[in-house]
Amino acid sequence: MPNALHIVVCAGIVPDPLQTLDPITTPSGPGLKNEMVLPAVLDPWAASALYEAANLAAKNPGSKLWLVSLGPKAKLQQVMMTVAQKVPFELVPVDGPIGGFPDAHSTAAAISSTIESIPKLETAELFVFGGWESASRGAGVTLQLIGERLGITDQFQGVDQITLRDDGSFEVLERVEGGKHQVSVCAGAPAVFGWATGNLPEPRNNPQVGMANMRNLMPALQKAKSATIAANSLRYISVNLPRLQRATRVVKDMSPEEIANELVEWIGAE
Amino acid sequence: MESILVLTHADETGSAPTKASLEAVTAGQELAAQLGAPLTIGIVAAQPQHLSKGLPSARVLAVSGDAFAQPRYSTDAAACEALVRAAQPTIVLAPHSARFSRVMAGVAHRLGGFIDTHITALASTNSNIEATRWFYRQRVEAVLTRESRPWFLLLDPGTHEVFSGQAASANIEQIAVELPTSRTTVTGLRAPQQGTQTIRPDAKLLFVAGAGWTKKQPDGQIHIEAAASLILGFLNASGASLGSSKSLVDQGSEGNSVLPFLTHLNQVGQTGATPRHPKGLSTCCHGEEPHVVGWRFIAERRAISLDPNCGWTRGKADVVYIADAFQVIAKLNELLESKKA
Repeated sequence: MPNALHIVVCAGIVPDPLQTLDPITTPSGPGLKNEMVLPAVLDPWAASALYEAANLAAKNPGSKLWLVSLGPKAKLQQVMMTVAQKVPFELVPVDGPIGGFPDAHSTAAAISSTIESIPKLETAELFVFGGWESASRGAGVTLQLIGERLGITDQFQGVDQITLRDDGSFEVLERVEGGKHQVSVCAGAPAVFGWATGNLPEPRNNPQVGMANMRNLMPALQKAKSATIAANSLRYISVNLPRLQRATRVVKDMSPEEIANELVEWIGAE
Repeated sequence: MESILVLTHADETGSAPTKASLEAVTAGQELAAQLGAPLTIGIVAAQPQHLSKGLPSARVLAVSGDAFAQPRYSTDAAACEALVRAAQPTIVLAPHSARFSRVMAGVAHRLGGFIDTHITALASTNSNIEATRWFYRQRVEAVLTRESRPWFLLLDPGTHEVFSGQAASANIEQIAVELPTSRTTVTGLRAPQQGTQTIRPDAKLLFVAGAGWTKKQPDGQIHIEAAASLILGFLNASGASLGSSKSLVDQGSEGNSVLPFLTHLNQVGQTGATPRHPKGLSTCCHGEEPHVVGWRFIAERRAISLDPNCGWTRGKADVVYIADAFQVIAKLNELLESKKA
């Protein structure tokens, strides 16, 4: 029997992975050069969480899916134009700073208070989804902090799969060391899930889904509340690109046998 | 004055601390020496007396009981919270393991502290503690500090030496933990269904397979089975760990033919792992992810590629062989097998 769920996906926006990143100092701390004009995408792990959430919601009629995202309104609007084509959701935007350098504790406080303010959200049926890391700060702590603030003590990180059962309990697979999954069974919602990649491919663009999402998206962006992200005594001493450039030896004139011999020696060398 | 608590936990056997825990002990010892700060070690294990034997001279606190035999948010967070409350440290160091990375932010929040993770180096300057970590998937390196205490720092595995100094006979102080009602039961570990253990964190070599293995070869055909056989043969002969590019793993999700033993767990790069191995050999890869992000912590790097102009290998790999990986790996397997024999 399906379980109606309330799923909140927390997702940040990050620079497109193919962009060159150049750190600079801004009046509010470190940032990226031309950060506001760099093409942005939904964070890849959070995107996996969103696709898994949509899949779960579709399998459990009566479920609701919200996407909570913190970032500058203009960038959120740009990214959501693409994301809205993928799966149905209700956007809950928070107007705030972009980038990986703001403090995770303040970010979590802003997001958790936003979640608490979502009308008709049932905490007892709540699944909080997000990425277990991110392509910006990548600390893997924001979701946990959100969970603690919401009083949720069943938390799972590095999640690749959840299987809901008829009684509302679920089995969850979390990544652990050595390429294995830890298997757990939880009594049911509420719970926090930091997703790894999951198993679903990126959904194809669906214009009908896009149209439906757009009805909510623009008004939500207009009404987005602003969040101030305090530093919490976090101070950056230096922010730099790695300088190491290797002198690459390009070998074009060796036969497979010669290469294999050289590699055997290299592999065996201490 | 600072005081340091190093939190450790047992490995899968329950009878020894994890390697990453012993690395955190080394980091704690070094930092305590630099700051002249007292060092306390905390243990989370069902039977902590087994773990305390290899620890240095320090105050040792432990929680014990069956509830701590398995990693779980509610019980582990309660255990770490109790240990930190008992030790009252200003600095908490812990390994960035799956077990502790799951709970430590929550613990920091409960204690009114702050946390930074994926720390690769620690230093103290004028009694100021500075931590180094990477941002934007290993593309930007930052040194940061905080004045707020307690400050929790999760240390990336492989960044410090495993503690191997003179072990002291530790007197364990047992710390009582008020356990919450647990709604989660850990039922065990599950390896990928493919039956082949291809991820080996302790391997000396990381072998990265790129999407080129599944592309058309000079005869105009795709040779998935041959590619799979060559790669598995190499892994068996060399003991290497297998990594993969995102594009190759994604082919399976999209319904295309793909190497049968690959899963997302093998993926290195932007949305995958950034493993630490002394050496790395990439094959049939093209793109930034395997060569920059996924390889950040690989010391010696070599690549086999058919593209002499691949810009991602230039400046990133030590050696690039312009050759057909099918031919090279076939020869390599022969040589490794004969060497073994």
